[in-house]
Amino acid sequence: MTAVLTRRPGLAKIRTARSPLYLVCLGLVGLVTVAALLAPWLVPYDPNAVDLGNALAAPSPEHLLGVDAAGRDTLSRLLLGARTSLLGPLGVVVFSTVAGVAIGMAAGWRGGWLDSVLSRSTELVFAFPGMLLAILIISIYGEGLPAPVIALSVAYLPYVSRLTRSLVLAERKRPYVSAYQVQGHSALQICLRHVLPNIAPVVLAQSTINFGYALMDLAGLSFLGLGVPALTPDWGRMVFDGQTAIQHGYPLSAILPCVFIVLTVVAFNVVGERWADRVARRDR
Amino acid sequence: MTSMSSPHTLDVRGLRITLPGTARPVLDGVDLHVGAGETVALVGESGSGKTLTSRSALKLLPPGAVVEGAVRVRGEDVLAMNAEQLRGLRTGTVSMIFQDPRAALNPLRRIGDFLTESVTLTGSMSRADATARAVELLRAVGLDESALRKYPGQVSGGMLQRVMIAAALMGDPALVLADEPTTALDVTTQAEVIALLAELRERFGTGLLFVTHDLDLAAAISDRVYVMYAGRIVESGPAEALFARPRHPYTSALLASTPRLEGPQGRLAAIDGQPPDLRQELVGCAFAARCHLATEICDQQAPEPRTAPGRPHHQAACHHSDRLEGSPVDA
Amino acid sequence: MNFLRFAARRVAEMAATLLAASFVVFGAMYLAPGNPAGFLLSGRSASPEALAAINAQYHLGDPFFVRYLNWLGDILQGDFGRSITYRTDVSRLLADRLPTTLLLVVMALVVVVAIGLVLGWVAAVRGGGTDSAILVGTTFAVGTPSFVAAVLLQGLFAVNLGWFPSSGSGDGFLDKVRHLTLPAIALALYLIGMLARVTRSTMLEALDSEHVTVARSRGVPERQVISRHVFRNSLGTVLTTGGLIVSTLLVCTILVETAFSIGGVGQLLELSTTTKDFPTVQAISLIIVALFMAVNLIVDLLLPVVDPRITLGSRSSSV
Repeated sequence: MTAVLTRRPGLAKIRTARSPLYLVCLGLVGLVTVAALLAPWLVPYDPNAVDLGNALAAPSPEHLLGVDAAGRDTLSRLLLGARTSLLGPLGVVVFSTVAGVAIGMAAGWRGGWLDSVLSRSTELVFAFPGMLLAILIISIYGEGLPAPVIALSVAYLPYVSRLTRSLVLAERKRPYVSAYQVQGHSALQICLRHVLPNIAPVVLAQSTINFGYALMDLAGLSFLGLGVPALTPDWGRMVFDGQTAIQHGYPLSAILPCVFIVLTVVAFNVVGERWADRVARRDR
Repeated sequence: MTSMSSPHTLDVRGLRITLPGTARPVLDGVDLHVGAGETVALVGESGSGKTLTSRSALKLLPPGAVVEGAVRVRGEDVLAMNAEQLRGLRTGTVSMIFQDPRAALNPLRRIGDFLTESVTLTGSMSRADATARAVELLRAVGLDESALRKYPGQVSGGMLQRVMIAAALMGDPALVLADEPTTALDVTTQAEVIALLAELRERFGTGLLFVTHDLDLAAAISDRVYVMYAGRIVESGPAEALFARPRHPYTSALLASTPRLEGPQGRLAAIDGQPPDLRQELVGCAFAARCHLATEICDQQAPEPRTAPGRPHHQAACHHSDRLEGSPVDA
Repeated sequence: MNFLRFAARRVAEMAATLLAASFVVFGAMYLAPGNPAGFLLSGRSASPEALAAINAQYHLGDPFFVRYLNWLGDILQGDFGRSITYRTDVSRLLADRLPTTLLLVVMALVVVVAIGLVLGWVAAVRGGGTDSAILVGTTFAVGTPSFVAAVLLQGLFAVNLGWFPSSGSGDGFLDKVRHLTLPAIALALYLIGMLARVTRSTMLEALDSEHVTVARSRGVPERQVISRHVFRNSLGTVLTTGGLIVSTLLVCTILVETAFSIGGVGQLLELSTTTKDFPTVQAISLIIVALFMAVNLIVDLLLPVVDPRITLGSRSSSV
């Protein structure tokens, strides 16, 4: 213990500084969410209004962020694209979190065969990268948002369930659990009212990080034309459409959605990791 | 005290170390010396700065540490050494035995690698010579050369500490620093390791600075004892004198809190309160808040070390040393 | 002896998981609504010959399990069935396209390992401003999907500056390398960030361990302290990301090859997904999963070399 002087708890506390990166990212997450919610009232143009005579126009007072190769207003498509681009990952995160917590909790609490079945199937799902599973399912059910969202939920589920399982195993050993058991509370009651609130911060941090990854995967599928239907504005789809504009030397309509994707993913990752760090420090 | 012709093996003068983010120095004017072949104990509770003091002899300081004062090894200023001189010092003149041998050895490298790496990587010994020396030292600590091929995980903690001791002797050092070398071991192994240390010190003629929180152990092994509290040396002197007639209330409180087989079977006295926080500035005597002798002067003025009447080598930094003496240690 | 038992167990585990994965890939077909023949043809003109061919290939007359075993047996003999879109053997399609994709993946892998390890090492050892800069850089790398990197690199270095071709895979080795440079960087970017972060954090953890202080206290030169103790002890953790790195590279070829119009396996997967060419999708999925597991197996077998505690089974030191 006396070995590493610099890590004495008394000294460690002094060196905590607020990270400006985290605050910026938190602001960004809020901004993107608000933009997605208010998009229908904010957009200046119909995102699908084609104006070929005006194709690839530079930013102007009428079109603040310019126009794409089909003459559609980039700002309108970006704002409405935020909806689809965030809705998909939200679905993935909600599905995988709810199902993952339920499965992980059952496995951690009950143990036994349930636990070994879970860890076997976790290994199996880990062998399929999320994108691959999504492609496999899309090739069966066809394009559209539901199939990839379900596939990615399944792919992300083991991350949540494995985490939940280990957290529940640790939580079970704590004295308050046996105290409640002695008092005759049912396992379900203890899990929902006491264990769940205790493990929630860690799981939410993991889900926030998953959100960023799901956004990347879904945008990639849209880029391939396998995600959202062709006419729906979506950032991944916009990058694909912008590729032709780039070839013609007008990169703006492709760069902007790229920037939005990267910034959003970075913001969610930074916020999620920060939360995870904070929880880890609290537990120490 | 020192004559220039025969400098002490280790001579620390007015050492003051300040770490970033603290309100007061972690070490505050430490004076300490170890003569050639002498065994000296440095006693204090954890956080008192005893580990940092011993590590300063190797210039092994935490990042951002601001150092004042002097640390000399055989007359050479350690704090002024460049990287190359420092490597020479660390591979040869001074070596250290750490508290927890499990943590001190890289679990992924063989024991033989650990023993020889410092002398071979700095080029002070050929690989063959280093291996021969390692085998010789392994025998000296009661192990055989089969240990060379083993990983740390394959041997017991006591054996690992013997390896650690052998490693400390690889460069034929003039001074060995032992930082609580027995704390992580079980009781029977502790005694063996202490006996081994004493024997090897005799055989190789090295000076030994023994850092411990155990006053009894310090008295048993050492010629002289320094007692440290909150970054300051509060009392120093020959082991028997310090034991029989402590002149600092902290020393006497430490003695009173140690269980004893012989002597009066009184209740053990714990020391009330906590050592002062590093984030608070310190005025006056560091021990004042916990001291039953403390008066107004203790809160205002830090006591200077003063020599005990009639015992020139026994010093204590206390305003009330004379009140303490004469009253025998009891609970 | 210990190692052999360990290796045998890992191989058996991998075989079992691979078997289960093949079952998933095969069984997925039956999740489709309607009967399998209809699904496989999906809208194409169902000539009697075509139906007969599908029946012969998928043994649709047999019970489900027999069908699966037949399919698996064919695959083990290198017969991946016939592509419905291309009307040719899937194995032929793959043989044509695999070299390009493998070259792309290997190039990206080299970039990932070289740059990722160096960045992580430098960040951990230098600290301070260098560390912060690398940390921010890798944060953005980890947030950049490979298709975004592909489109941006294409726009800047191919269209704007004209340094590299913007599409195709070229002829002859050197030309191929030139064509695949931008795609390889696009493919690598995310993983460079990931590997650098993993390397950095494990090295920081190792830097904090007492045996590093001990090595320094014994005069071991700093360079050797870092290589022999810090990096050496991080190697195990770094190695375990190998499977993830390879599978991510393989899957992302679908995006990057599409963006750069490279005629590789990734593009084939994209085309066969949009045209519902299920035998091809099955074959490629199975190959990706198998490669991922093979890499994981290699990593698992290498780990005891890197970390002797694994097979020595010394409980006391595993803390």
